[in-house]
Parts: sequence; C-alpha cells; structure tokens
Amino acid sequence: MNIPVEEIKRELEAHLPDVKLRLIRNSLLIENPEDLTQVALFLKENPKFLLDYLSSVTGADYLNYLESVYHFYSMAKKHGPVVLRVRAPKNNARVPSLVPIYRSAELQEREAFDTFGIIYEGHPDPRRLFMWEEFQGHPLRKDYQQEDAEVLEVADIAWLEARGIKVPDEMKEKAKTLHAAGQRAVAQKPEKPRN
Amino acid sequence: METSQALKNTDAAQILEINFGPQHPSTHGVFRMTVQLEGEKICGLKPVFGYLHRNHEQIAENLPYAAIMAYTDRLDYVNALANNFGYAITIEKLAGLEVPERAEYVRVIMAELARVVNHITVIGFMLNDLGAFFTPLLYAFRERERILDLFEEITGSRLMNNFFRFGGVKRDLTGANLAAIQKIVSKFPAFLKEFEDLLTKNEILCMRCQNIGILSAETATNAGLTGPVLRASGVNYDIRKVDSYSIYDRFDFKIPLGKKGDVYDRYYVRILEIRESLKILDQALAKIPQGEIMNKKALPFLKMPRNFKPPVGEAYGRVESPKGELGFYVVSDGTPQPWRYHVRAPSLINLTILEEMCLGQKIADAIVTLGSIDIVLGETDR
Amino acid sequence: MNVFGWGVFKGMVVTFKNFATSYFRKPDEGGIFTVQYPEERGREIENFRNFPFLVYDETPEKLRCVACGICERECPTKCIHIEMETDAAGKPARKPAVFDIDYGLCMNCGMCEEVCPFDSIFMDHAFEVTAPERSEGLIRHKKELSKSNGYFQKIRPALASAVDQKRKAAEEKKRATVPPPATQEPK
Repeated sequence: MNIPVEEIKRELEAHLPDVKLRLIRNSLLIENPEDLTQVALFLKENPKFLLDYLSSVTGADYLNYLESVYHFYSMAKKHGPVVLRVRAPKNNARVPSLVPIYRSAELQEREAFDTFGIIYEGHPDPRRLFMWEEFQGHPLRKDYQQEDAEVLEVADIAWLEARGIKVPDEMKEKAKTLHAAGQRAVAQKPEKPRN
Repeated sequence: METSQALKNTDAAQILEINFGPQHPSTHGVFRMTVQLEGEKICGLKPVFGYLHRNHEQIAENLPYAAIMAYTDRLDYVNALANNFGYAITIEKLAGLEVPERAEYVRVIMAELARVVNHITVIGFMLNDLGAFFTPLLYAFRERERILDLFEEITGSRLMNNFFRFGGVKRDLTGANLAAIQKIVSKFPAFLKEFEDLLTKNEILCMRCQNIGILSAETATNAGLTGPVLRASGVNYDIRKVDSYSIYDRFDFKIPLGKKGDVYDRYYVRILEIRESLKILDQALAKIPQGEIMNKKALPFLKMPRNFKPPVGEAYGRVESPKGELGFYVVSDGTPQPWRYHVRAPSLINLTILEEMCLGQKIADAIVTLGSIDIVLGETDR
Repeated sequence: MNVFGWGVFKGMVVTFKNFATSYFRKPDEGGIFTVQYPEERGREIENFRNFPFLVYDETPEKLRCVACGICERECPTKCIHIEMETDAAGKPARKPAVFDIDYGLCMNCGMCEEVCPFDSIFMDHAFEVTAPERSEGLIRHKKELSKSNGYFQKIRPALASAVDQKRKAAEEKKRATVPPPATQEPK
C-alpha cells in the first residue's frame, strides 16, 4: 500500500511545526539536515505510520550539492515507501546519522561516506567500507579523476623503498616533478572515445 | 556495548586476534572477518568488505540502460534471474511500461525456479560448513543440474542468464520447455523428502544448529534484515505478498515462519519455502496463457538501445530475492545513461548484526551462523 | 522412534540406498552421470551462448557484415573493433577490413547478436578456444571469426533456418518492387 505523500507532509507539519519540508515528485525534502533525526523518530513512533524498517540509505551527486536519500517501509503495517531526502553542500557535507534509531543504516552510511564523502555525525564507526583506509578521494562523485596506475607518486616511491624495492631513476624524477607542481598522477582520457 | 564489556573482563594478553581471511573455504567468497578470540570463544568480530568491489554502480553510469542488464547478472551470481527481475521492474516503473500476460507468467516461473536453485544450494553449502563433507551438497547439485540444463536451453547460459528485457522477456518458452519444467516440478517433492529424511531430524544437525546464532524479531526489524533470516525470527514480511509486484497476487502460497530465530529455523524455513515455490510453479504452469512476450512499444528499443530515454525522475523497485529484499534505485535525467544507479544488496545489510549474533559462541558456531545468513560476495561488494 | 541416533540411522539408510542404486539407475535418475570427456561429449544445446562469430554466405568474401559499427557501439564491454574497408578511390566499401573481438573482455551477453540489423553476427558454441602461447589467441581476427552459413545451420538449425527464410522473403520483395528496365529512348 502506498501512503500518499501529501498526507505525510500534513501530519509532519501539524506535529513538528518548525521543520521545513518541500515536496519533490514523490519524496519529501527536509530543508535543514539537522531536522532529520526528529522527523525519522516521529515517523517511527507515530501509530499511524509505524515506519520501523529503513530499507535503503544512499547518496547521490547533483553537481552543486550532495544528496542523501532514505526509503522507509513499515513491517508492522505493511505499507510504504516513504522517501526522505536531505541535501548538503559538496565541500562540507554533514548529515546527522540515523544509526541510533535504525541499525540498518550502519553499513549503508559507511558506504555513502566511502563513495561520496557525506560525513554522518554520530555514526559509531565512521570508516570507509570498500576502499582501504589510506585511500584519498570519493569515487562516485562526478568530478572524481581516476589515478593512473602506471605513474608512481612520491608517497608510492617512499612505500616501495621502505620495503627494499629499487625504483628506476626516471620514475623518481617524474614523481618529483609532479609533486613540485602539486599535482596527482591522473589517468588521461583519450581524445576520441571508442564509441 | 557487549564487545568492550567482554574485553574488560579478560586479560589483554589472552586475546588472540585472527583473520578469517579472504581465502577461506567457508566464507562463501572473498569475505574477511577479524575475530578476537579468548580461547575458543569469540569476544569481538568485525567484518571487512571490499575484496570483490568491482564498481558496478559507476560502470552503470556510463552505459545505456539495456546494457546494464548483462551486468546485473553478476551481482548475485547464484541466481541471476532475481537480479534481472528487480532491474526490469525498476526501469518499467521509471518509464511506465506494461508487461503482457504471458511474459509475466514466464517471469514468475523463471524467478521461482531460481529461488528453488538458490535455496537448495545454500542448504548444501551450509551443511558443507558443518562438516558433512559434500554429501548433501552433491545431492542438491544433482537436482540443480537439471534446472541449470533447463536454463541453458531457454536463456542460453547456465548462470549468467540475461533473460529479462524492459517490457517482457527475451525468448518465449516452447511446449518442450514447459514439459521439461513440469517434469522437474513433479519429481522434485520426492527428492525433497529424501533430502529431509537425511537432514531434518538428524541428531548431529540438531545439536549443532539449534540455539546457535539466535536473533530476536525486534533486532531483526531494526537492523533492516529481510528474507528467510527475518522470517525465521517470526516476522511475517515477504515482499511478494506485501507489494504484490508482477502477478504474485494470483497465486495461492503461504509464508513459512520460524519461532526461535536460530540456525536450525533458518534452514527449515528455506526447506518450507522450496515447497511453496513448487506450489507456485504448479499453478503458473497450469494457468499460463498464450500471447506475446514483449510489450509492442518497447520492441524497437531492442534493436536501438541508445534510443531508450526514460523521462526525468527516479524509481525504487524491489523484489523478494531468495536472499532478502533486492532493491534498485535509479535516477534518470532524460539521457540514455542513468544519472545515479544504486543496488540495495540484501547480503550486505544482513551482515549488520553478524557480530551480535556470534558473540560468546565458539568459532565453529560462527562459521555456521555465517553460512545460514546466506551471503554472496558479488552482491555484498558489488 | 525416540531412540537417540535414529535420525542419523535414517540418514545413513538414505546414503546407502543412493550408493547402491547408483550402479543400476540411468544417468538422469540418480545413476552415474559422468561424461568421459573428451572421448564423449555432452549434449549439444542449440541456444547455448558462447563467443560471437561472423556468418558468410558462400565464400569468405561474401561476408554478411557491412561494418556499420552498431555492434561495436552497443557492446557493453567494448570488445569489438571494426575498421571499414576503403576501395581504390578512397570511398568506403561496405565490408570490414578489420574486425577484432577481444575474448578477454567479451562476457557472452549476446547484445551484438540482438542489435545486428544485417543478420551477420551470432553466438557460437565453440568453447575449446586454445592457443599454444599464453598471450596468443585472446584477440580474434576476422579470418578466425568468419564461419560459413552451413556451419551456422549445423549448430543452430532453428535460428539459422528462420534467418534464411527472412532473408529470402526480403530478397523476393526487393525483386518484385524493382521497376522494369527502361525500354524507351529518351527524347
């Protein structure tokens, strides 16, 4: 069963008057990210909705801002989905974490942090999920540049030499020039796409 | 939290931290857990993911919608048809495509056959983890081979089927195919009875599986678990009944529930679910109508996939895959490629409470618990 | 019965029965179903989808492919590389000069077969693709990929006959609608 999204908006505005909401297609945008925990707690405990199952937490990159999208369902009343969105600016994306209320957000928020860089405040274990800890960058952003696997950087050369591996001099020179220019070894895209 | 409590009570020098490394015969793929042991009891467990991360979501952002179908096979590689089903439903929601009657029946038949295959495979592998060295697994595989031969005749490939298309299925089922499915379905209950004679009342299985890895219903709901793991804890939530996607509301089948939520309940719930799937298959084979297998409006896109441009918007479609709720979240911006594509993988989310379920137990029990959750690494890491 | 161990005993009866009857039953009933490859081969299934191949009609010169490049564009892994042949004047002739498929990338999805408008690329059954060196044999060129229509009929009879009928019907239609040659002299 689908709950009409206008009904949810009405109930939320009646019970939580200082939360600003906007209707976008079939979802509700919470204008201020800090209100997210209040809204989620209300939707979980209100006997009309009883949305006790957080199915999916995911991020999305819309060039000017990052978005965190939540899909809620109810196992007790077998209805849903309710879609909530929260927007955050790209360079300082902080969103309150839903882990204290719904445990299913634990691994999914870690994945959104790993791939988009959205920092969830209050998460008990804010590590990356798929990439290793020293990895820099957030791969699923639209402006992510892939690193070139064949060109070594100064940090790579230091790691190799600490383990007794000899590095040829040309590669050391190239790495030094890159480091002096403040650039990273970025994979070049071919001029003509292969169709 | 329980971990730090258990750790405080022991001498730090007595704790052994080992790796259930990525190469292990019982971790169902390249899955790693760092386990802290005190003697043989577990006092801490942290799963480490990412050994099979193939960046499926970013690959999909550069491909037209139809080409992604071939990649979704490789998510849950044990039953590729469920992934195809989920993706097809999502894009049909996004673009507003209808599916003809016969195609819906074909889809349900293939999806339920894939469910049967998955459940007997999982039971076989769980018993492998228990130490029943390959006997139940190979009995299960004998039956699985029949169904995989059938998949090869219908879809062209045993595992990576790539069978569903937007608005229908790729190829029709001939009379010979339907007769073969009917033969499998009528012979399966006899095999299932033999399998149960071997396993269900076996004292060794009962002693090793009962009261292990207990999961309560509230923890399961809060942690977002779905599938047989949730139903073994007593929560009645099956997306085939709740959402009634495709034509599942025309079939008469029950949802088996467990009581205690231990490993034995999860095993038994899967056996009962195989029986319900056979019931659905019987009903579908009896009622399948004649007709076309592809929506006429979507036919031209088969030859020119670049012209398929769904309207701007987003859709979240979910199916009851044998492992849980498989969801696809697709955002389209009017171009032939999706703007954002996300897979809600049940195997990843079902592992949220792995640590809680395994604390205080022995290592051997942790392996069986992991086997009963039924993960597949292609889905967990995408 | 409530004797402790009765479940294990019943299980052992099942395994013993399976073992003993495996000598007498047929392969698909629970007997021994091992196929002694390479002396015996398994059953050949028509729709089996392995790597692609190109069809030619009578001689390898009459390849059906016109190098339109649609399969190259639609391949999800971009494993096909096509270069059109140019004749002496530099105009493109409708034939491929280079048609390479990288078997290391091909994932046997069948998209090239689905989108080809000229019925020229289909999925083969050959899975015994071997080469003496480790790095050879991964990129297949036009010569190795071209196989005759007779071979196509042999491995996929239903699909090949359907394609042949379609092509014959299209040719008949084209011959019927071509106007008769002009017999009057221009004024």
